[in-house]
Amino acid sequence: MKSIADIKAIRDKMQSEIILRDNSDSEAETRVVVGMATCGISAGARPVYNTLLDEVATRGLKNVKVTRSGCLGMCKLEPIVEVFVPGQEKVTYVEVNPEKAKQIIASHVVNGNVCQDYLIKE
Amino acid sequence: MRELALNILDIVENSVKAEAKNVLISVVAEDNLLTIVIKDDGKGMDEEFLKNVTDPFTTTRTTRKVGMGIPLFKMAAEMAGGEFSITSTKGVGTTVTATFVLDHIDRVPLGDLAETMVTLLNDDFPTDYLLKVSVDGNEYEFDTKELREQLDGVPVNEPEILLFVKDMINENITHIGGAKI
Ligand SMILES: Nc1ncnc2c1ncn2[C@@H]1O[C@H](COP(=O)(O)OP(=O)(O)O)[C@@H](O)[C@H]1O
Ligand SMILES: [Mg+2]
Repeated sequence: MKSIADIKAIRDKMQSEIILRDNSDSEAETRVVVGMATCGISAGARPVYNTLLDEVATRGLKNVKVTRSGCLGMCKLEPIVEVFVPGQEKVTYVEVNPEKAKQIIASHVVNGNVCQDYLIKE
Repeated sequence: MRELALNILDIVENSVKAEAKNVLISVVAEDNLLTIVIKDDGKGMDEEFLKNVTDPFTTTRTTRKVGMGIPLFKMAAEMAGGEFSITSTKGVGTTVTATFVLDHIDRVPLGDLAETMVTLLNDDFPTDYLLKVSVDGNEYEFDTKELREQLDGVPVNEPEILLFVKDMINENITHIGGAKI
């Protein structure tokens, strides 16, 4: 059974990685923000958030932070994911599901190609 | 909502917004009754506001006129033969309590508490959580203060750490029989 004490091994590894990251003049971090108000949660924002975390962890992406915010103001289009790449305009994805979340990490966050199909339709 | 763990996430988000430093999430299953308590030390509500808070048109939000989080949780409890209550003291905190008849046909499953906890754990929000799960007297506790202590300055947001925490909570809840609730 895992316990909090087992976190030590991961922590030690992280501590050295974080020192490396701080020392390299790495570019600012990309932020991936999921709307997590009632509307988002009931539309499936939690599995989307967790899929994003899984993808960032398994790909070992270092300058990417997954976080959450309140209502993003378009309840009908939830789950909503906003991607902030430093130096670029914010990109808003709507009606995101875990499959789309994986794609957003793979093409936008990793390769810099915005997923046009998941943007708000005019 | 499809899982009570989603209602819990939503109700705890209220506590985070109310600038709570500590939130207790207690889930107790015993004698065919499930009791969920969410207790925070956030800014609380005054009596007048509290009276209306279970009504879907009460909210302090600006983006939307209706607050649905509390009414949805209340509905889930009442639908399953249980009861709902909310108490609050301005400047002290708020406690939300919901009970559910475990074998009621309309009782929503507890769902993935581990995912809910991992979604809440975020250094952008300095709230600490104490999760207590008890199933027929078998208990599991997860304390984020203890986690932060062990992490010794490493941000809790690191995805690798969150994945570990998710597995840990899942394993422990399954071990005490919580997966079948
Ligand atoms: N734990 C809490 N502490 C302080 N105020 C709260 C708390 N929970 C709810 N509230 C107040 O009640 C309102 C309604 O909550 P809710 O039903 O979840 O809808 P919403 O969060 O969308 O406004 C909130 O906007 C907030 O003003
Ligand atoms: Mg709410």
